[in-house]
Amino acid sequence: MTTSVIQLPNGVNVDALLGAREALTEAPAGAKFVWRAESEWKDGTHTESKLDGFFGLGEEQRHVREFRYDTDHPEIFAAEDEGPTPVEMILVGLAGCLTGGIASVAAHRDITLHSVTATLEADMDIQGILGIDADIRNGFNGITVNFQVDADASEDDIASLVAQSQKRSAVFDIITNPGDVTVNVNQ
Amino acid sequence: MTVALGPQSRRPGTIDVIVIGAGHAGLSMSYLLREAGIAHLVLERGKVANAWRTERWDSLRLLTPNWQTRLPGRPYDGNDPDGYMAVPELTRLLEDYARGMPVQTDTTVTSVRHRDGLYHVVTDHGLWRARAVIIATGACNQPAVPRIARDLPVSLKQMTPFDYHSPDDVPEGGVLVVGASATGLQLADELLTTRRPVMLAVGEHVRMPRHYRGRDIFHWLQRSGIHDQHYQEIDDLSRGRRLPSPQLVGSAALPILDLNHLQARGASIVGRLAGARNGELLFSGSLGNVCALADLKMQRLLKQIDPVADADGAPPPERFAATRVPGSRRLMLRPEQDGIRTVIWATGFRPDYSWLQVPVLDRKGQLRHEGGVVDAPGLYVLGLPLMRRRKSSFIYGIEDDARDIAAHLQDYLSYQARRQAHELYQDAKPG
Ligand SMILES: Cc1cc2nc3c(=O)[nH]c(=O)nc-3n(C[C@H](O)[C@H](O)[C@H](O)COP(=O)(O)OP(=O)(O)OC[C@H]3O[C@@H](n4cnc5c(N)ncnc54)[C@H](O)[C@@H]3O)c2cc1C
Repeated sequence: MTTSVIQLPNGVNVDALLGAREALTEAPAGAKFVWRAESEWKDGTHTESKLDGFFGLGEEQRHVREFRYDTDHPEIFAAEDEGPTPVEMILVGLAGCLTGGIASVAAHRDITLHSVTATLEADMDIQGILGIDADIRNGFNGITVNFQVDADASEDDIASLVAQSQKRSAVFDIITNPGDVTVNVNQ
Repeated sequence: MTVALGPQSRRPGTIDVIVIGAGHAGLSMSYLLREAGIAHLVLERGKVANAWRTERWDSLRLLTPNWQTRLPGRPYDGNDPDGYMAVPELTRLLEDYARGMPVQTDTTVTSVRHRDGLYHVVTDHGLWRARAVIIATGACNQPAVPRIARDLPVSLKQMTPFDYHSPDDVPEGGVLVVGASATGLQLADELLTTRRPVMLAVGEHVRMPRHYRGRDIFHWLQRSGIHDQHYQEIDDLSRGRRLPSPQLVGSAALPILDLNHLQARGASIVGRLAGARNGELLFSGSLGNVCALADLKMQRLLKQIDPVADADGAPPPERFAATRVPGSRRLMLRPEQDGIRTVIWATGFRPDYSWLQVPVLDRKGQLRHEGGVVDAPGLYVLGLPLMRRRKSSFIYGIEDDARDIAAHLQDYLSYQARRQAHELYQDAKPG
């Protein structure tokens, strides 16, 4: 018996990505995705969310298994700290999206990555959420991401990888541009 | 005086080729068709060089140097090859070039259809039938205004570059210029001379110095072969074709017209205008990244030029400061509170094919073509960005493209003639 192992650059299947881009240019309807989450209040500020199915490429899709996430608030907010605060989950999403983007762009540009780490920091003035000062927004004032990238490439090429990843990132776009949220109740 | 013929001069009928549009593209084609002995007529809705007469602002000078303002059979022969031509001079040049060409002015093409193997070109002065049609109506017929324009507060006056002739057209008070390509930077720079608050909303842009290593940047773009790059060699063609114009102005006074220059003169820069809600304008938080991208791309371009410049013994490379991005970024604007009265959309231009009744447009309304050969036999286009080469949309870039298209057209016409002769022979053959 023989097994063939296909070596993927940075573990990213570039051909599949490029193939998808070509196919979806021809059939744009397949590019319409719907992402879903379900959540349930547990206790206090503790909520559990589940991710399982989503829609894409014209049909229902499933993750290989269901994912569950707890969110809560830390003890200094008199909460139980059953999970990260929801705002920290935003940082998780941003880190995941930008890092995945760097790996994909690097693979496309034939750049081998050795390590990619990031620290993320978001400033927030909680006078906003506490309703103390109406001029202070609820959300982050700003997010700073510091990447450390070790790769077989020049400093400029690495900078350009990181810039291109931001340009193509969904989460970066969601955070930096206004979006629309519709909330329905008991429908 | 113009020798171009008026509407009454030619009787509609059947002709080999109709060229639509008498800008530099249509006129260059007419020159080459005459050279090849192909009967044709150029139809123009206005006068020769209509776009330059009616769609440009007063202070505009070409951002390409004079030595590049050349057309087939017409090299630049003035005494200021490194200067930048003002629009009236270019208009005169095109008018002069058109002398003796079969141009029918003041004739608007209202529809083009394909019927019984011929193109029916309907105009406000009658119908022409042609075996082939060349679309030279320009890539910049309308300002491309994004949909969010509808959401802006009504108190803001909105303008496009087509409404702008000089700062006198802009009401007193602050101005938000949306778009940081050649048009946006030039208008912002001009408005700053009138001492009013100027804010520039910056999305993706192309930064480029006017001069590099002692020569105009267009010298290097040509000399390095970058501008001659063929469309089939381009990695991501659709992105290449969407590239905004470079941040340049037709003046040797400034080494580089960029965001640093405008900020030093007092302009403020903000991110891409992303939306408007409840009377507030919202800007994208991506300003830092679009500036970083532009800096990196400029650096890459200059590095591509360096080996050629080294071989030519040019002076050593210059370095350009990174784009300064304000420390605290503005994400929101309340026009009245912030003193902004006017928004100018410098968000690019797009072609108008509303008259084209041949099914050759894709779902985005763009022509389906292969290097200018449109997806319908006998239909061609000229003057689109990166149509056959990087230089395709520039005045000096038209000659190579037009020669390629003329050659294809000539083959097509003689093939069609042979086929018709063959059909006649078949029909005439007894039994
Ligand atoms: C602001 C601006 C600055 C530019 N600066 C430079 C520069 O510095 N250097 C450079 O090389 N290039 C420059 N360009 C790019 C390019 O050279 C110009 O856009 C140029 O006008 C294109 O020439 P054209 O012949 O393709 O089209 P146009 O000049 O637009 O000519 C098309 C003609 O077709 C006519 N027409 C359109 N529709 C119809 C119809 N239905 N029936 C009959 N006639 C019709 C129009 O009236 C027009 O006369 C600039 C473009 C813009 C918008």
